[in-house]
Amino acid sequence: MTSMFSRSLLRNILAREGFYQKAQVRPLVELASATEGLGTGVSAPAAAPNSRPIYLDFQATTPVDPRVLDAMLPYYLHEFGNAHSRTHAYGWSAEKATEMAREHVARLIHASSPKEIVFTSGATESNNAAIKGVAMFYRSTKKHIVTTTTEHKCVLDSCRHLEREGFEVTYLPVQPDGRISLEKLDSAIRNDTALVSVMAVNNEIGTRQPIAEIGQLCRERKVFFHCDAAQAVGKIPINVEEMKIDLLSISGHKIYGPKGVGALYVRRRPRVRLEPIINGGGQERGLRSGTLPTPLVVGLGAACQVAEQEMERDHAHVVRLSKRLFDGIVERIPHVKLNGSREYGYPGCLNFSFAYVEGESLLMALKTIAVSSGSACTSASLEPSYVLRALGVDEELAHTSIRFGIGRFTTETEIDYAVHMAEKHVQRLRDMSPLWEMVQEGIDLKSIQWTQS
Amino acid sequence: MFSRAGPLVRFIRPRFTRSYDQKVIEHFEKPKNVGTLDRSAPDVGVGLVGAPACGDVMKLAIRVDPSTGKIVESVFKTFGCGSAIASSSFATELIKGKQLDEAARVTNRQIASELKLPPVKLHCSMLAEDAIKAAIADYQRKQGQELAKSAAAASN
Repeated sequence: MTSMFSRSLLRNILAREGFYQKAQVRPLVELASATEGLGTGVSAPAAAPNSRPIYLDFQATTPVDPRVLDAMLPYYLHEFGNAHSRTHAYGWSAEKATEMAREHVARLIHASSPKEIVFTSGATESNNAAIKGVAMFYRSTKKHIVTTTTEHKCVLDSCRHLEREGFEVTYLPVQPDGRISLEKLDSAIRNDTALVSVMAVNNEIGTRQPIAEIGQLCRERKVFFHCDAAQAVGKIPINVEEMKIDLLSISGHKIYGPKGVGALYVRRRPRVRLEPIINGGGQERGLRSGTLPTPLVVGLGAACQVAEQEMERDHAHVVRLSKRLFDGIVERIPHVKLNGSREYGYPGCLNFSFAYVEGESLLMALKTIAVSSGSACTSASLEPSYVLRALGVDEELAHTSIRFGIGRFTTETEIDYAVHMAEKHVQRLRDMSPLWEMVQEGIDLKSIQWTQS
Repeated sequence: MFSRAGPLVRFIRPRFTRSYDQKVIEHFEKPKNVGTLDRSAPDVGVGLVGAPACGDVMKLAIRVDPSTGKIVESVFKTFGCGSAIASSSFATELIKGKQLDEAARVTNRQIASELKLPPVKLHCSMLAEDAIKAAIADYQRKQGQELAKSAAAASN
């Protein structure tokens, strides 16, 4: 009774706040004026004061799916037991819930046993635990790690940390489409290579790496393969058996689950051994000590379950909206370049360079749309994205990039509004840009002696 | 129950906060003096500073009344972040109507304090100062050429 009441109360509050409304735009976009404006490119849909921007930053994080929240709530309220308490019913019920969640996670990635799933605080911890854990465990014989230049910061920083500990790291370059070359990977692997770490889907440009081929190569060369799949799990099919992945990082809040929880898949056959980075009571097979946050773990499990059910629908939805956004932007705005690749990209992540318009000013102009100029982790710095530079994108163009992220709750109206706003503000800022003026006059920007370099 | 939940929800609801000062936003959304002047005119000075690779390029142009030495018109075009656009917009306002030597004394501090630029954005105000100085130097160089031209014409 208590739980039912509290649950419906919370749901009511959240619904009243518009938290779950599918059309998150609410009064921000009036459908009529938005579509009207699209034809002429003149009248902008008026933004109502205090309304929230449209959310198109699904790579940064996602809202919790209401089905996930429903699953979590009892474990915050009356089912509050410690999953490691073996002496009473409170503990047993919490343990049952976390083991159920473990099964859901395992099923989504086709792990052969739920025992291969270790719960963590998020993908950053999973990546740290996998890379440092494998390196430290095998350090008496293996001294080398292979990764790529476009990995997430937490992978690159873990590798830097290991370099200071005396390991050697090879950072594989990527091709202009963002993918690594298998020949280069093959020649980078040495006899003392402990681990290859390659992400499944890039967080900034959405490029999918050839994971199955990398897994096959690593298995042949008898090297462990770690895959950071934070942006991939639940969105594209991942099968750790077929793809021969030995360690896989999962994030809760990227798949409509709660923040503060993630998982690491650690293969049991052939066994991968890790030196734990967090020591303590020996929970999670000794790989990650600390009391499990039952509600969060349940949320991650529910998010995986929902993702498995919805993957086909979600993917079709994202593909449709992605095409609408891509076509709209490319047709309406000249001098636009897609960073990464459409062929090998995850369609829910489109990263465009709008030439002659600086990215930060465009973000500021697009204040009614929540987008980012790259990853949320680096948006505070003035440097252009290291991922774009690794692709070989000109520094000039790297300064002009915006990432649009499409997700389960994005609507067609939101996409149309985003295209309309992008067209309007790119034009406005280009009219203000000396570079655009020079290009219109036929001046080659590369021929100019700039005062700073 | 709901009356108690109400204020709590209002408290946890994310506020739409921006890291830019209101003045930056005003200049960014309604920039003053966007435009260009004929760079071949003898009474016009143009300063082009920054580089696309650094993410900031400013072009500031002034028209000077040669008889009074006063800046009668100042316009800009800027490729850069909101603070860079606001800095150049404010700079054109600041120097309009000033004598050239007065305008040359405008510092980045004046711009930065007016727009309350945070430390990471100070380079925008420095760029605006450089743009003013470059425009004045360009005008003076042209005037020097004009003088030389008229002197040459006189000696012929």
